[in-house]
Amino acid sequence: MKKRTIRRTWVKAILLAAMAFSLAAGCGDDSKSDTDGGSSNGILNVSYDPTREFYAEYNEMFCGYWKQEKGEEVEVTQSHGGSGSQARSVIEGNEADVVTLALAHDITAIENAGLIEAGWNEKLEGNSAPYTSTIVFLVRKGNEKNIKDWDDLVEDGVEVITPNPKTSGGACWNFLAAWAYGQQNGMTEKETQEFLKKLYQNVLVLDSGARGATNTFVENKQGDVLIAWENEAFLSLETHPDDFEIVTPSVSILAQPSVAVVDKNVEDHGTREISEAYLKYLYSDDAQRLVGKYYYRPSKEEILQEFSEQFDLDMNLVTIDDFGGWNKAYETYFDDGALFDEIYAQ
Amino acid sequence: MSKKKQRTYQQDIVGDSINSLRKVVEPPKENGSHLMKYLLIGISAAFLFLMLALPLAVVVMNACKEGWDAYREAVMDEYTMKALQLTLLATVITVAVNTIFGLFASFLLSKFYFRGRQVLAALIDIPFSISPVIAGLVFILTFGNMGWMGDVLDKYNIKIVFAVPGVVLVTVFVTFPFVFRELFPVLNAQGKDEEEAAALMGAGGFTIFRRITLPHIKWALLYGIILCSARAMGEFGAVSVISGHLRGKTNTLPLHVEILYNEFNTTAAFAVSSILVLLAVLILVVKSLVEWKKE
Amino acid sequence: MEQQIVKVKNKKGVRVIPGFGLSMGVTLAMLSCIVLIPLASIFISVSKISLQEFVEIVTSRQVMSGYMVSFTCAFFAAIINGAFGLVLAWVLVRYDFPGKRIMDGMIELPFALPTAVAGISLTFLYSDQGWIGQLFDKAGVRIAYTRIGITIAMVFVGIPFVVRSVQPVLAKLDRQYEEAAMMLGAGRWRTFFRVVLPELFPALLAGFGLAFARGIGEYGSVVFIAGNIPYETQIAPLLIMSKLEQFKYSDATAIALVLLLVSFLLMFLINSLQIYMQRFVKN
Repeated sequence: MKKRTIRRTWVKAILLAAMAFSLAAGCGDDSKSDTDGGSSNGILNVSYDPTREFYAEYNEMFCGYWKQEKGEEVEVTQSHGGSGSQARSVIEGNEADVVTLALAHDITAIENAGLIEAGWNEKLEGNSAPYTSTIVFLVRKGNEKNIKDWDDLVEDGVEVITPNPKTSGGACWNFLAAWAYGQQNGMTEKETQEFLKKLYQNVLVLDSGARGATNTFVENKQGDVLIAWENEAFLSLETHPDDFEIVTPSVSILAQPSVAVVDKNVEDHGTREISEAYLKYLYSDDAQRLVGKYYYRPSKEEILQEFSEQFDLDMNLVTIDDFGGWNKAYETYFDDGALFDEIYAQ
Repeated sequence: MSKKKQRTYQQDIVGDSINSLRKVVEPPKENGSHLMKYLLIGISAAFLFLMLALPLAVVVMNACKEGWDAYREAVMDEYTMKALQLTLLATVITVAVNTIFGLFASFLLSKFYFRGRQVLAALIDIPFSISPVIAGLVFILTFGNMGWMGDVLDKYNIKIVFAVPGVVLVTVFVTFPFVFRELFPVLNAQGKDEEEAAALMGAGGFTIFRRITLPHIKWALLYGIILCSARAMGEFGAVSVISGHLRGKTNTLPLHVEILYNEFNTTAAFAVSSILVLLAVLILVVKSLVEWKKE
Repeated sequence: MEQQIVKVKNKKGVRVIPGFGLSMGVTLAMLSCIVLIPLASIFISVSKISLQEFVEIVTSRQVMSGYMVSFTCAFFAAIINGAFGLVLAWVLVRYDFPGKRIMDGMIELPFALPTAVAGISLTFLYSDQGWIGQLFDKAGVRIAYTRIGITIAMVFVGIPFVVRSVQPVLAKLDRQYEEAAMMLGAGRWRTFFRVVLPELFPALLAGFGLAFARGIGEYGSVVFIAGNIPYETQIAPLLIMSKLEQFKYSDATAIALVLLLVSFLLMFLINSLQIYMQRFVKN
């Protein structure tokens, strides 16, 4: 009898220990996690992949500015990843104070989840896009296949590398830029579709993300041409100056990475003032020059002119409004069963 | 007690006779068996070389491409160190939790017959069958803003997803069956006669476990812990979904590698992954030490 | 469950080994906390769409082709791992040779290396410009960006499973039987297939199953080496990601649920077989 009670206590003790362990694993460190953008002098900037170094430098700049203006210390935490999945993480509970993403579409998704108030894109100049970029071609040195414009990409024997628009937000720009070329060269809807079908038949590898595509082209030496963001093309050129050239097509699209304050979270954290200042300061002359240094196009015209050596400013750039805005473009081209799927279904 | 002694005594006799028998019947060394031996070793070596050594060489080569200074800078970076700390923390908790679970579960499933054993065993294996992406998503759907436990957690201001607890939790989840998986086949092959005999002789549960079961599974347990810690350190997919990538806060080493890579900092990315390789090597050195001590 | 146990107990008499309640309690408690409760979310999420929608999603042409690619590649990868894993385990347990420790130590590396790094390194090696890919390219075989490449990535992530499942069992295997068989005149092959293999088979099968399941779910390393061309080299987890990118949680979990069920069934079969074989051997 005695033995039995002893055993029972054992059972209880170990069960309790096990439960405690799982709990400890579950929420042991919540004291630590309270600082995730929660305190009033710290903000969290959820951004996308290739902006880390830009924001690392910008954050220092902003901290200095804020100290000078208000005499307060401020700490900015950075978070980087694919634009779409970063937007998702904010919707799912990542408590960002500001989001600086690749596509307005991703910020709209956060708006639809009720975290950002409508009209965010009118709060700052240029549709709340402090810097822009565009789509260019990266080709191997010497440009053996003589690639000059979009129609050279559909020639037989040209191997194209571009990411999949269904998994990479950035790749949507590539598709739309090619579409714009077709439209501007007098093709009908049907012909443009044929044109894109040919183009995607030449695609050798359809990577899941922009960085993966760049790697496929640059490191693994696949394909003749990479359809890339201008800033990424410059970065590749910086690391391999003797191996590549940038070709600017006659028509391209103005990619506008947008920024917004996440209203619900800044209310919770009491960080509205500093968050708004953080985004506004992106338009200052110093910050705009920093933008150019990291190969984005400054949205301020006079600063952009300072970089006229670096960028081809004569390109014919369409905008997303020419496609009726992001939501419409997404529905027409990239949704399940929409145009992009059709191209591959035949 | 005397019975027990007698038994070991008998075992010794039997064991001795087998040993002597073994000496007698040891098959004569033929050339064929040597050929076979080297053939098999050759196949193994070739396979490991192609599948493991070469990819590893690529990592090391890329890590050292820009010289020692660049390597040191990448490794000693403040955020790399923070990521390393988080990875170690997550690994230690994970191994502890999964070892406890593995011991109990494998004991339960190999020593007792009850209806539903198969189902239980298959349920334990579920984390293996789930795509890492979904493993992370599952926790988001449970504890996140839109999850069914999200409101409760919000009320008590407990943060799990996009914070350290979430990172630890998915790591535990992904490696959950590892220790169990290593222990189970061994215990299963061993059967339960010895435990039953001990129990009939009046030994308590804990004694049986410590004196009979544990010695049998010592090595399997070690393998399990090694596998579990290696996998816990390297897990990327699931953690990536739940971490929120907060720099210096919820970035583990594999996530840090990914971020470095994505911003065109290939050398640093490979340098940081070499830390993971070094950690794995470290575990193996410890394992070899233990084995050596035993010999 | 509890009632059933009592019933079994009564039928078979007293359970001899103590600790049943404790082990059961701890196992179930931890299993529920860490696996079952979060897992319920998949079902909750899927239940938001109707059965018809569910069927439509998982049988759409693209998803079906994704399943096909994932299943076939994972199957071949698991077979390759089974064969080489067995040889490796055998060599590591039975032979002594210089460099054995190093060989033994390398087995866990695929786990420690982040999957993305593994994928990048493998692609680097096996693309037609890479060290190994070059050789095959001359023979007209492309490895990277084809299904062969996917299979190789899956082999890579699955190696430790088979080796580490078979190794402990082989180490514990009593050599008496083998020697007896040899003594009785059975040849080496016959001894292996008739005496050793049956003992190893359950562990081998378990390792195979794990490697297969891991291959099906693998994303990080495979996306780099797969060309991701729809209908050709697009794996199912990639389709899950593309659904998530469109914020379609239910669709994503629907695709995942099918993968999960297939792996679960496979695991269930393997476990049943393992337990059945144990009973068979012991009685």
